[in-house]
Amino acid sequence: MGELDDIAKEFVTESRENLDRLDQDFVDLENNPQDKERLASIFRAVHTVKGTCGFLGFSKLELVAHAGENLLSKLRDGSLSLSGDMTNALLATVDAIREMLNIIDATGNDGDRDYPELRATLAGLQEGKGNIAQAPCVSAPVAKTPEDKASSLITPDWDPFAELEEAKSQAQQKQLEAEQKTPEPAPIQTSAPVVLAKPISEHPVSAETKTATPVTDTSIRVDVDLLDKLMNLVGELVLTRNQVVQFGGQFEDSSLSSALQRLSLITTDLQEGVMKTRMQPVGNAWSKFPRVVRDLALSCNKQIRLEMFGKETELDKSLIEAIRDPLTHMVRNAVDHGIETPEKRRQLGKPEEGTLTLRAYHEGGHVIIEISDDGAGIDKDKVILKAMEKNIISVSDARTMSDRDAINLLFMPGFSTAEKVTNVSGRGVGMDVVKTNIEKIGGAVDINNRPGHGSTFKVTIPLTLAIVPALIITSQDEKYAVPQMSLVELVRLDGKQVKTSVEMVGGAPVYRLRGKLLPLVCLRDVLSGGKGLQITERTKGSDLNIVVLQANDRQFGLVVDQVRDSQEIVVKPLGHLLHDLSIYAGVTILGDGKVALILDTAELAVIAGIDSKGNGHAHEGERINNSESSEEVHQLLVCTLADGGRVAIPLSLVTRLEKLDQSSIERTGNKHVVQYRNEIMPLIDVASALSESAHKSYFDTQNAEKTLVDVVVYTLRNQNVGLVVKSILDIVESSLSVQGKSSREGVVSTVALHDHVVEVLDINRLLRKADETTSVSQVN
Amino acid sequence: MESNITDDTKQFCTFYLEDLFFGIEVSQVQEVLRYQEMTAVPLAPSVVKGLINLRGQIVPAIDLRRRLNFAPHATNKLPMNVVVNMNSEAISLLVDHIGDVFNVDNQIFEEPPETLSGPAREVIVGAYKLPDKLMLVLDVKKLLGVLDGRTDVAYH
Repeated sequence: MGELDDIAKEFVTESRENLDRLDQDFVDLENNPQDKERLASIFRAVHTVKGTCGFLGFSKLELVAHAGENLLSKLRDGSLSLSGDMTNALLATVDAIREMLNIIDATGNDGDRDYPELRATLAGLQEGKGNIAQAPCVSAPVAKTPEDKASSLITPDWDPFAELEEAKSQAQQKQLEAEQKTPEPAPIQTSAPVVLAKPISEHPVSAETKTATPVTDTSIRVDVDLLDKLMNLVGELVLTRNQVVQFGGQFEDSSLSSALQRLSLITTDLQEGVMKTRMQPVGNAWSKFPRVVRDLALSCNKQIRLEMFGKETELDKSLIEAIRDPLTHMVRNAVDHGIETPEKRRQLGKPEEGTLTLRAYHEGGHVIIEISDDGAGIDKDKVILKAMEKNIISVSDARTMSDRDAINLLFMPGFSTAEKVTNVSGRGVGMDVVKTNIEKIGGAVDINNRPGHGSTFKVTIPLTLAIVPALIITSQDEKYAVPQMSLVELVRLDGKQVKTSVEMVGGAPVYRLRGKLLPLVCLRDVLSGGKGLQITERTKGSDLNIVVLQANDRQFGLVVDQVRDSQEIVVKPLGHLLHDLSIYAGVTILGDGKVALILDTAELAVIAGIDSKGNGHAHEGERINNSESSEEVHQLLVCTLADGGRVAIPLSLVTRLEKLDQSSIERTGNKHVVQYRNEIMPLIDVASALSESAHKSYFDTQNAEKTLVDVVVYTLRNQNVGLVVKSILDIVESSLSVQGKSSREGVVSTVALHDHVVEVLDINRLLRKADETTSVSQVN
Repeated sequence: MESNITDDTKQFCTFYLEDLFFGIEVSQVQEVLRYQEMTAVPLAPSVVKGLINLRGQIVPAIDLRRRLNFAPHATNKLPMNVVVNMNSEAISLLVDHIGDVFNVDNQIFEEPPETLSGPAREVIVGAYKLPDKLMLVLDVKKLLGVLDGRTDVAYH
């Protein structure tokens, strides 16, 4: 790096910030050409650059800025109105200034070029000559893309504007080729396709605490390295505090205890404060997107509107740097591959303008960023075909592959479905790098595909890298930590309860927790390499400790040897050697100084086959929320009836499954009820309610075999109703594609499920019918 | 013991494993210490004996005996730790016994001896022929890289 004095360095940094804002400003201005405020602020920004660089002696930069300022001045005073050509030229000016700033940063002077063509264009536009041959889009060397690590450095000969002045068609093609990375001040090392942490270290004067526009003086620029150091120290402090508190807890000294308490509180506050210093709005990573989308859409001849929600959602600065490139790639994908051309959209009856939505929000200790488009979605078959062509999967794999897995093939290395590889969004190194980089920071990326309607890429990022509250459990005399975030509740079963409440469904143990079926995972078994389905001998018959965890909307119970206490732990990464072990989310040092591994809840679920991320299912347990399933698939509760038939009830309508004691069923008049949860719940015998003829009600037959009655509880407007069936079979997912007509009143349709014909119930009709029937039927 | 390190000599940290005598260049060694309590890591490769708390730094411990296909120590003697540092990540090698630190003359450096075979050979870059014994020079990068099982993605 050349020698830059402090003033120049400040200038470069501040100007860069201003330029970033300008990208967004110009795009907004294009949509609202009458926005005088914005125009004025743009003018001021360029004016400031011009003024300062003149003072610092960067004459070429001054020339360029001056040309831009002149045009802006005319726009500001109203003698010209903004045209597309002008916007392009002004954006090109911003790019030129940016490039020169980079050269200044690297060499200390403003380089050799003074952009005569650009200045000529700007001058021409000022005169009202708006038709200097330009392609309708500007090849913007915006945010780095994960691909293109080889030919990344823009050579001094590259001139975007000479190319623009060629014929339109040529310009368009050239522009695609010229799509390259932003030049970096230091030579890019080809060590990693996406240079993540680099931006932080390359700008020693870089980081800032979040400030308002440079009017107020209530903020200071702080070096990111210093903040990192503070974070580490605070982390160590927390650990040491844990040790001290643990040790001090042995002494019955009140002044010691109160001092320890105070120490604890202060440490927590300090930790929160330091974390806050590093938090920045995720909008920082999005700042370039309006420009990117605009330029890309123009070059692809598409009309796309970008909407961004949740810009203020805060995230640690290092994470923001890390997701910048992956997000950019996904945005470009959506524009390039996702959203259709206006003609196609018109044909499909969609509005010609496609919508790309970015949404960020906090959820349970994570930041979620969603990139949604209303385009064509991902063609699953195309993906499978491509994967087979590239030998990523075999033909037999392709046949048995689930929809979800097929879509996830996109993340395999060497994949690209683009017919022709464009420089716009990648040559097949794209999505797998995106996924890897997101996972590197502890995050995850998921796709929700709606064929014909678009797709949503959901990126989940852990909110804090450092300190989390955790529950300490033991398995085989070793301690492990479970993040409290995933913890729902703790259940302890004594030997007897184990026998009655733990059942086997489909070869896997489940526990009936207040009517809901909770799949169980035995930690001991998992750590020995199993799938967690063996509740091992030692725990069988004796007390069972179940830690109920939640991963991706699925709940399951982790069976452990012992539950210890709760501690605040500092999450340390596993390190290169062990980071493949996905069952561990990290490692920590406990209060007693011992190292403990932190379990990864999501991975536990996958190992046990609970989460459908893995291939196939071990469990067909009840799922609490099925927010991940696409719209086509319905979850049905299948039951048998006394008359031998089968019925299905949409699971979404079911509140609980109960086994009620027959003796608790009472009769009032013609109806049967039971005292349930502090209310009197009416019971309907589904079989007799459905039957046309006067069928003998279940209640009236003496059922010697079992004293427990299977009841499906359905809640309507706060009123519980119990549907009595013979037995509850299973939960099945079905697309309800093969349907027959309704067989009788109370039934919506008939469906084939697992080789049986099942009647899908229409609960409301059924209830109404039951009312009529019971009032008419004879009393036996 | 000489303390001047010239261009012709190198300084090595040494240790014993079974009947072999190894040396690692001091620049690669962070520290040596006696046996430390370890936390086992289920599902990790079997050469990973556990994790050590080294003044707040969490360091994986590699069972070097196992790595070089030796049987566990006959007397179940507690191993010692040689903590090596690669790219600011520390890893501890579990060895039988720590030796001295001393300089060796580059002139006596030789290719790995013919008699040495097996896993040890893969991780040795050569040997110094000392008056009374042979010091095998351990290539830490190779040792850890092959350990990873993914030599291409290993430390760089």
